[in-house]
Amino acid sequence: MTDPRLRAEDLTLAYDKRVVAEKLDVGITDGSFTVIVGPNACGKSTLLKALARVLKPQAGAVWLDGQAIASYPSKQVAKQLGMLPQSPIVPGGIVVEELVARGRFAHQRLLRQWSPEDEVAVTEAMRLTEVADLADRFVDELSGGQRQRVWLAMALAQQTPILLLDEPTTFLDLSHQFEVLDLCAELHEQGRTIVAVLHDLNHACRYATELIVMKAGEVVAQGPPAEVMTAQCVEDVFAMPCRVIDDPETGTPMVVPADRQRRRGSRTPEAARA
Amino acid sequence: MRTVVRGAGLSVRIYPRALIVGVLLLAAALAVALVNLTTGDFPVPVADVLKSLAGKGDAGTDFIVYELRLPRVLVTLLVGAALGASGAVFQSLTRNPLGSPDFIGLTTGAASGALIVMLIAGGGGAQVGVGAIVGCVITAVVIYLLAFRRGVQPFRLVLMGIGVSALLEALNSYLIYRARLNEAIAAQVWLIGSVNGRGWTEVIIAGVTVVLLLPTVVYFGRHLKLLALGDEMAVLQGVPVERSRAILALAAVGLSAGATAAAGPIAFVALAAPPLAARLSRSPNAGILPAAMMGAMLLSAGDWAAQNALPGNDIPVGVITAALGGVYLTWLLFRERGARR
Repeated sequence: MTDPRLRAEDLTLAYDKRVVAEKLDVGITDGSFTVIVGPNACGKSTLLKALARVLKPQAGAVWLDGQAIASYPSKQVAKQLGMLPQSPIVPGGIVVEELVARGRFAHQRLLRQWSPEDEVAVTEAMRLTEVADLADRFVDELSGGQRQRVWLAMALAQQTPILLLDEPTTFLDLSHQFEVLDLCAELHEQGRTIVAVLHDLNHACRYATELIVMKAGEVVAQGPPAEVMTAQCVEDVFAMPCRVIDDPETGTPMVVPADRQRRRGSRTPEAARA
Repeated sequence: MRTVVRGAGLSVRIYPRALIVGVLLLAAALAVALVNLTTGDFPVPVADVLKSLAGKGDAGTDFIVYELRLPRVLVTLLVGAALGASGAVFQSLTRNPLGSPDFIGLTTGAASGALIVMLIAGGGGAQVGVGAIVGCVITAVVIYLLAFRRGVQPFRLVLMGIGVSALLEALNSYLIYRARLNEAIAAQVWLIGSVNGRGWTEVIIAGVTVVLLLPTVVYFGRHLKLLALGDEMAVLQGVPVERSRAILALAAVGLSAGATAAAGPIAFVALAAPPLAARLSRSPNAGILPAAMMGAMLLSAGDWAAQNALPGNDIPVGVITAALGGVYLTWLLFRERGARR
């Protein structure tokens, strides 16, 4: 089996001296919709940042198409891999269309700053994320949910075969959450590789073709949701007794947390299984 | 509003308003420069100035235009443009309207370098210019190193700059205090910033600065709008962040160093030209060229006022810009307070 396009090898990830993960090996299956799940502060976002070369690893390397990602010219990577970060800086005095258009930088040159393809990509990205109506509004005057969709539009305008999304559903109401996830699924069906960090395990199981479960800086499981998402796994990783049943809509695993009374009585894994 | 221009291999999006504002500012700067060529102790009619510039003037007019006035007018235009461009780059890099070279200590550092040459080494003329450039670059490096902690946070850079600036002010005061009276007065006059009596040496200093560095900042200026979204986003979009920022900052340091070498530490132009140009072109960041044109226009107009404000008295343009700067800063703070309410 050949190596996947995007993989991390022997990564040590740290912020200054605080080490988040050590000796981390992860491969992102080509063409997958991979969802990374895990408790808070387990290193999900940190891994995503490292994969997107936004965070430099203290040791190890991220490989893109068999070459260390840090060794490419920045623009070349930006044509292959895009990412929606968790909390980008909101610039003042700039309108939505202008911000989305900045997502085209990697495809532009000094004398070719606005090609017909740029225009199509921006229009299409704004249509898919339903922000076309907001085109002339100032970004800093939008609601959190609208803004989130504008950032997503910017990442889509970049038109990269690999797209990383750090909690794309935050700030969104229920219907918009599903719209964004549906959009990701469509992009995935069109052949893109999607990697998303999600908090909701049921969303993760519904949409992912592959799950990466992380705990305390380590990958504890990777595979299709039906294999990975077991009651034991949720209990081990989140310390949360639960039942995993079939989602009545999709047949994918659905995590139902145990009742409060039962959880109180069963602090230990043994008791939970009983 | 935007318009797309496409043609043989060229495809750019232009903002007509920004373009028109830039062209009008350039025209205004040149018009004021022309007026400055006509005024002085010996008024010369516009027609004669133009004739002289075309190489068909008489000897007397040629002397006045080429030896007395043209160098000063050119230094004014070039220094104004350099300051405007430098301010635009720094304000964008620091994401702060106060992040201009005269606030973050660069101009003060250039002044220290010049004062050391003037008062300790006893140099003059072009040597003072070299001192200013060296002082400015050293100050920039020191501020950068002090602000460095896992990369440079813009706000830290501004605060460090203000701190270093205060220290250098003290050094400058000390240098002047210990100098002989006539030297101290000459140094103090230089510190005001002026284009009085500037000759072709200063034109060359400012000219080389602008010709070399303005294209550099304009080319890399395309990266500024992505750097404004934060380092993370800029990396994601394919900007080589560290390299691009280092080149932009160094070039902007060079612009303000060259400007100070030619005309002394002129206040306010670098601070106010970029936001004023942005206001006129109604865009969040005016771009470097409109800011440069605004700088050239402001300084030329300032020099006209300096020559004509007090009858028979040619005061340094630095006095005019400092006064305007005070008004501008007050207005900026006043507006800020209004916005917070």
